[in-house]
Amino acid sequence: MRNLVVGTCSLLASLVVAASPTFACAGLIGSNGAVNLGRTTTLAAYHDGVEHYVTAFKFLGGGGQFGTLIPLPDVPSSVEKGGAWTLQRLVRETTPVRAFALAGAAPTAARDSAEVLLETRIDALDLTVLKGGGAAVADWAHEHGFRLSPDAPEVLDFYAQRSPIFLAAVFDGDAALQRGQQLGDGTPVHLTIPVENPWVPLRILGLGKQPTDRVDADVFLLTDNLPAILPGQQNGLNVTYTKAANAQLLDDLRSDQGMSWVPDSAWLTQLRVGSSVADLRYDLAIDASGLATPSRVAAGLEPVTPAPPERPQRDPLNWLFGMVLGR
Amino acid sequence: MKCLAPALALLTIVVGSACAPAPPTETTIRFHYSHFEPGDVRVRAGVPVTITLRNDDPIDHEWIVGPPGVHEVHRHGTEAVHDSRPTEVTVPALSSRQTVITFAPGDEAFICHLPGHEEYGMTGRLSART
Repeated sequence: MRNLVVGTCSLLASLVVAASPTFACAGLIGSNGAVNLGRTTTLAAYHDGVEHYVTAFKFLGGGGQFGTLIPLPDVPSSVEKGGAWTLQRLVRETTPVRAFALAGAAPTAARDSAEVLLETRIDALDLTVLKGGGAAVADWAHEHGFRLSPDAPEVLDFYAQRSPIFLAAVFDGDAALQRGQQLGDGTPVHLTIPVENPWVPLRILGLGKQPTDRVDADVFLLTDNLPAILPGQQNGLNVTYTKAANAQLLDDLRSDQGMSWVPDSAWLTQLRVGSSVADLRYDLAIDASGLATPSRVAAGLEPVTPAPPERPQRDPLNWLFGMVLGR
Repeated sequence: MKCLAPALALLTIVVGSACAPAPPTETTIRFHYSHFEPGDVRVRAGVPVTITLRNDDPIDHEWIVGPPGVHEVHRHGTEAVHDSRPTEVTVPALSSRQTVITFAPGDEAFICHLPGHEEYGMTGRLSART
């Protein structure tokens, strides 16, 4: 059974497919069950009530179709090609530079069915924004010829209980080859999502991996103020940079494609995930309002509690009567 | 009185055995989050046992019961779908299947052999007793 399935299935979001191609992004597993993820780099910026989520899908060779699913906090108002150097510029900003190099360093330029809300193509990537529960999204994946990994039912429910919005990114390896994309070439994608507070899915990075496998990721946050974050610093999640963003960085970011929204002042935070899959059972909840109240539910630390059933309205006289009788 | 003690003990054992419920001839195994619930199943040996396999997951699973040799074959097998042997059943996403099997007394493992599912913990144990 195993060999045949491995040989014939495609892969999307923990969707397993073909030979060796892979994304450097969330939720991908290789055809032999091994995980081919590289370090994932993401920017989650928040300004004027809008989250800008920028991540890159890296072409690592091969043909056929394969893909990934990314949970989203809400419906994006746009999905477009991301800037050419935003992620690299952030890495450069937060990577410690050896003292001897500083002297010569110069600033660098810069079951219900899932409802399909949006479809677009960026380079060799087919992007679909879906609305539905875990089962509906899994069904959509199945209908499109992809197979989900065994952890997918639980992980998709984990996300769907908080937000039913998912981004399916399907990479067309053949199209990438035709476009002349080289190994390691990344396709940055920029999602604009109006939300109350920014949020970054982390647990999804372990999708399709074994509990002892490792997840490595860099997350950059660009917020108007110093953000409050849940979960706090812990084993496997470290704040490695937190500083007011300098004007040069903001100017550089603003000059990249689709980044004109970058404000004049902002706070830059870098978090580094280096965790086993078994320990990575949370997401990143951020309170950018200054109230320092990031949501434990958004962080996945508390389950979503269903709203209590509405109590029938009592007639005031009846209520008073009940009080008197001690009911 | 002393000589009555062994007789009383024997009577207790006999009555106790007679009162122990016989293992069932019908059972349901639920597939949830890529695990079997329950993971330990007791059934009666020597008579047909009806097993309902209920897949509550939005992905396909399979239920294969047998001795270690059977599982070793399936770890390297090539059958995409199992529907011709009562001990090997494919259960598509969000659906149920029923199978009827007469077990010999003993213990056997049941496992989903789809890629990665056994490693994820989709295994269980079936005990057949008279």
